[in-house]
Amino acid sequence: MYEFEYHRAGNVGEAVDLLSKSSDGQYLAGGMSLVPTLKLRLARHEDLIDLNGAGELAGVSAAGGSVTVGAMTRHEAVADSADVQKAIPALAALAGGIGDPHVRHRGTIGGSIANNDPAADYPAAVLGLGATVHTNKREISADDFFTGLFETALDEGEIITKVVFPAPDVACYIKFPNPASRFAIVGSFVSKKGDDVRVAITGAGPGVFRVAEMEAALKANFAADAVANIKVSPDGLNADIHGSAEYRAHLLTVLSKRAVAGCG
Amino acid sequence: MGTHEVSMTVNGESRSGSVESRTLLSTFLRENLRLTGTHIGCDTSQCGACVVHVNGESIKSCTLFAVQADGQDVKTIEGVADGETLHTMQQAFKDNHGLQCGYCTPGMIMAALDIVRRIPDPTEKQVREELEGNMCRCTGYHNIVKSILAGAEAMRS
Repeated sequence: MYEFEYHRAGNVGEAVDLLSKSSDGQYLAGGMSLVPTLKLRLARHEDLIDLNGAGELAGVSAAGGSVTVGAMTRHEAVADSADVQKAIPALAALAGGIGDPHVRHRGTIGGSIANNDPAADYPAAVLGLGATVHTNKREISADDFFTGLFETALDEGEIITKVVFPAPDVACYIKFPNPASRFAIVGSFVSKKGDDVRVAITGAGPGVFRVAEMEAALKANFAADAVANIKVSPDGLNADIHGSAEYRAHLLTVLSKRAVAGCG
Repeated sequence: MGTHEVSMTVNGESRSGSVESRTLLSTFLRENLRLTGTHIGCDTSQCGACVVHVNGESIKSCTLFAVQADGQDVKTIEGVADGETLHTMQQAFKDNHGLQCGYCTPGMIMAALDIVRRIPDPTEKQVREELEGNMCRCTGYHNIVKSILAGAEAMRS
């Protein structure tokens, strides 16, 4: 690992201040992606600003038909939250299926979506539920937040403070996990709220994306059969040792069908 | 780059030392404190041989900086037995041949204790799912799962 200087921030203001003083600083949330990346020398930073001391960023609450998850809330806390289990069981189940228990004890929702790994689970929930990402500066809708491979709408130094999820009528997330890492080779998050339907796909492309054709079909008929014959072109989808673009395109339809069925 | 003076409770004792920012908790435990029961099996945070408990929860000590554990309560495999008497879970691994080469065993035991903390009466399926973050290169999972189920049962009684 390259050398860096460690700083512990006690709150958001302190973190922003520390980062602004660094020529090449990086916030450290749960560290479940960042630390392995540093260990492999795939990243190098002058300063790491640790957000784990910023207690204001952690916590879950539910009120008025929405669930609010603080940016530094661990996956385990979301999975175990009675509020989340009641309001959006699909979100609790998704959090409980990330990585492994040790990762879930440290990893955070803010870190996950700020990193925007193309195979991460949380981006599918944020986009699939039409959540709003709150930062220290503004509110960003899920549709505007994820902008590409490991890219988001966050500005330099901007910190995610919380994510607000509107509770859907029904929702379900189904992923085909990489058997080693539990990252999604493909994952489909389907939700229905009133007349609105969202289908968000992770793992298949350079970043999470919605499938408009499936959403339209499900608005007309919210049944697994409605998406069974909708194919997405493999052009531009990910291809690696775990699966070809064609394989992912096929999985995308199969998993979306199962996710609709899982909405019960 | 500066160094940091850290103090933490390790296996019930107050321990301190001087670390770089980049020093991992696993490195601090093994090299500064000479607690070499915590193993390093990979460089990629995948194998789970380094699992310890921080504030009662299992974590990969190779994926946390030592400075982040400053002021925290850490438990390693060395803190599990009561003197010469093995912990119930360790005894279950011994009785059920839950180890072959033994390299992954410290992480397996620490993970097993965390499973039982959260799920006192786990099913075999749950144990297998919960072991997602711990690899056994001897592929001795069958007896590891058997050991954890037996250990969990013994801990309940």
